[in-house]
Amino acid sequence: MPTTKIVLRFPPELTDQPVTYKLIKEYDLMVNILRGHITPKEEGMLVLELTGKKKQLNQGMKYLANLGVETQRLSKDIRWLKDRCTHCTACTSLCPGHALQVERDTMMVNFDRDKCIACEMCITVCPYSAMEVQF
Amino acid sequence: MKTVEEINEKIKKGKALVLTAEEVIDFVRQKGSKRAAEQVDIVTTGTFGPMCSSGAYFNVGHSKPRIKIGGGKAYLNGVPAYTGLAAVDIFLGATAIPDDDPRNAVFPGQFSYGGGHVIEELVAGKEVRLTATAYGTDCYPRKRIETRISLADMNEAVLFNPRNCYQNYNVAVNVSDRAIYTYMGVLQPRLGNANYCSAGQLNPLFCDPLYRTIGIGTRIFLGGGMGYVIWNGTQHNPCVPRTDLGMPRVPAGTIALIGDLKGMHPRWLRGTSFRGYGVNLTVGIGIPIPIVDEEILVQAAVRDEDIVTQIVDYSQSYPQRESESLGEVTYAQLKSGEITVDGKEVPTASLSSYAMAREIADILKEWIQGGQFFLAKCVQRLPSRDSGIVFKGLQEKPFRTRNPI
Repeated sequence: MPTTKIVLRFPPELTDQPVTYKLIKEYDLMVNILRGHITPKEEGMLVLELTGKKKQLNQGMKYLANLGVETQRLSKDIRWLKDRCTHCTACTSLCPGHALQVERDTMMVNFDRDKCIACEMCITVCPYSAMEVQF
Repeated sequence: MKTVEEINEKIKKGKALVLTAEEVIDFVRQKGSKRAAEQVDIVTTGTFGPMCSSGAYFNVGHSKPRIKIGGGKAYLNGVPAYTGLAAVDIFLGATAIPDDDPRNAVFPGQFSYGGGHVIEELVAGKEVRLTATAYGTDCYPRKRIETRISLADMNEAVLFNPRNCYQNYNVAVNVSDRAIYTYMGVLQPRLGNANYCSAGQLNPLFCDPLYRTIGIGTRIFLGGGMGYVIWNGTQHNPCVPRTDLGMPRVPAGTIALIGDLKGMHPRWLRGTSFRGYGVNLTVGIGIPIPIVDEEILVQAAVRDEDIVTQIVDYSQSYPQRESESLGEVTYAQLKSGEITVDGKEVPTASLSSYAMAREIADILKEWIQGGQFFLAKCVQRLPSRDSGIVFKGLQEKPFRTRNPI
């Protein structure tokens, strides 16, 4: 089943809507919340990973649009520039998705792109500019 | 007891037994330290981490007509170099940044380019832009020059690092409520993470903790080429509390190093940017320890579980120069990925690359086994724990004004 990562932005009046509940129950989508920043009565943001049949995904996206939730596909791609990496491991303790991890035998860093939520923390931290973001 | 001369003879004959500081640990476990000391001739060590008191001096050659850059201004790729030397001798420091770098004006600043990056580019064979202005004299009439220049164009290009290879360093944490940006990396609030910076059991100065063989004149692997220890480094602090094995519990010894930049490689000299802090140079160093007796072998075979360091808060304690340790941990604990501070599990990370330190120790071992590298016996020992050195802070003494208004 296809999976898509989307970024949702909620205006203040919608932050108390049970959006993820509806996506699961009414559109039969598997929802994985990658990142969330919701303060009631203020703008909220959710990064979701949705898995489901193509028709259901499209209908779910329509529901969000009709509700007034701004949606955008997460098309940020974090790239690990292996040639620049020194395997210092500074990035690994700050990666919320554990996409960057240390292989303890070799003490080398490994980057699992599937786990990356594009928070860009590694880009801030890497002293050798070995991580970059591509839109 | 073996001598360095005897060991060099064995290298010449291809008969020296060389082990890295990791390999020797198992060797001692199997054979016991007495037999191991008889059989092992050299233990190689390595470290690869940011070392800010680094730089290089260059003699760029005289122009036609001559220019006296000494006493004037010089920039390499927009990064200011020090000109208080002879007419065409300039010094570029690793932490120097362009005049127009915004620094922390928009916090935290990027510090994406500086002296460390210029040095990396030069070592990679690239050309840089040299711009210089001078006040002009009768013998040096020219007042301005702009030219592309590479290492090959220069007479001398010498890596000269007043402080490298720290023997131990703190583990940095942040107990405050906001993220802080330091030379120990980004530290998350409320003990969010703990950063350390040492190769531990591979570090040269942990393998010779009392500086018995590493001293002035010791030949080393430096930045991918050959270099030498030339002095103790700045802030060399040998008189600190130590474990029974002689390992310091806090930052202690440092060494000043020199080498020909033209013989080095950019894999081992990297420009480094610390967000919110500044620019740095990451240096690869490897030092061979001659196994002259059993005592030095036992120290060279030190393990991460036998080396400790202190956890220091960088939000308040460090900036305010309050010496307070939040606890002591071993390097084995740090390298496991997690330590406990105040009852909390804190993820750890390093700023010093253990993987590359390992590679350096291996390369140095190959050089020695291949007969390309002979040990140099040091000509003068570094001050050790009996030296009485006291690590001084800067005591403020206000100027006295003659005519106070």
